[in-house]
Amino acid sequence: MNENHIVSSFDEDLAELNQLVARLGGLAEQQLAAAIDALENRDASSIDKIIAGDAELDQLEQDLNDRAIEVIAMRAPMATDLRSILSAVKIATVLERVGDYSKNIAKRSLVIINEETNRAETISLARIANIVQGMLRQALDAYATANADLAMEVWERDEEVDELYTSLHSDLLRVIASGHEQASVSSHFLFIAKNIERIGDHTTAVAEQVYFQVHGEMPAEERPKADASSQTGESD
Amino acid sequence: MVNSEASEVKIKAREVTVHYGEARALHGIDLDLNANEVTALIGPSGCGKSTFLRCINRMNDVIEGCRVGGAVSIDDQNIYSDEIDVVELRARVGMVFQKPNPFPKSIYDNVAYGPRIHGMAPSRAQLDAVVEASLKRAGLWEEVKDRLDAPGTGLSGGQQQRLCIARAIAVNPAIVLMDEPCSALDPIATAVIEELIEELRRDYTIVIVTHSMQQAARISQRTAYFHLGNLVEHGPTQAIFTKPENQQTEAYISGKIG
Repeated sequence: MNENHIVSSFDEDLAELNQLVARLGGLAEQQLAAAIDALENRDASSIDKIIAGDAELDQLEQDLNDRAIEVIAMRAPMATDLRSILSAVKIATVLERVGDYSKNIAKRSLVIINEETNRAETISLARIANIVQGMLRQALDAYATANADLAMEVWERDEEVDELYTSLHSDLLRVIASGHEQASVSSHFLFIAKNIERIGDHTTAVAEQVYFQVHGEMPAEERPKADASSQTGESD
Repeated sequence: MVNSEASEVKIKAREVTVHYGEARALHGIDLDLNANEVTALIGPSGCGKSTFLRCINRMNDVIEGCRVGGAVSIDDQNIYSDEIDVVELRARVGMVFQKPNPFPKSIYDNVAYGPRIHGMAPSRAQLDAVVEASLKRAGLWEEVKDRLDAPGTGLSGGQQQRLCIARAIAVNPAIVLMDEPCSALDPIATAVIEELIEELRRDYTIVIVTHSMQQAARISQRTAYFHLGNLVEHGPTQAIFTKPENQQTEAYISGKIG
């Protein structure tokens, strides 16, 4: 719907919420990229900055919540307007979580860097991270352009992430089980891999919100799941 | 919430057209209104929603040059057929207006007026009972029971509107029509009326015209959106206000230029 509100300041309020989501998205992307770069290039110099940078994401999310509450109270939004505000709040929560995971990746990367080890898992991790970063960018693009089809592509790409993660997960478990001397480093790799896989899941949640905002309902089909490492034999 | 089990159709409109002289105000409205539900009629000024409301108790008959076509039936009886006694019809279909309009009479006489002219309460004791019951149902009894002889026009705006509701329900109608009943009231008096409407729908079918989207959302089970004399969309209120199917509806409820 491209029509403008008769009360033009309402449009400004909604635009401001969109801009806050865009800023949060940009920051979350930056934090994730910086954390992955640090690990891949064995460069500890940016770690402190990444860890400190998370506070800005937290603050932006809070700002967005405050603005959303004001807009709901002052404008009594209906239909698409209401959904877009709800989506902005939910996406902001997801992006804040992406920030938390990135911070955790940075912390664990520092330990790995300090161990001065050269592990092949870095390459697999970087490969998964690359896909997830692409998904996040595409989900944010889908949000910015309210493109539900683009959002659904993101949703489908998560299957590949799950497959790669499952494979890396079993590799790392094998290394740990073999009594490799760097078991603690392996466990950090394991957690980093899990963090990246979780960011992939969260990115699909952003995609779902874009779909909801556009269509007024959640995507009908269940998302393809290929993360066998979390299968416990029970249906969840 | 819409109670799907109890959705028995009370009012059926079929191809209802209304002309004011040469000008056509309604272009063939088909609409079913369920018993014991509140249906909100919304739409921009001049869209035909009040015109449609007035078709339900033939109030349009009194407007010179106004012609109504099509059929409106209540309990499957066409109210535009020749056998219909219009005075009796208006007792079955009560109406409450935008501006509270109590008669310049006592509170008691305002409520007693309808039962008297319809011969519904032959004795004074019966009339007393009807007045008390109606004022209680309208949520006004406790505030006025000690001054029933005081003029109705001396009450506050919100109380006057509840007096008009008591007057409408004193003749035991099946349907109550309300044309922007809260537009002249403050938020507290509005909340009291809205609470009352929720109570009343147990016994009556209520059709309300309102310009307040929030009010329509708060009190109705179904909402009908009118635009330029057409019924654009009609459905459960929560669907209309969260996910309307029609772009014109969406534009209107969102405050956009449609």
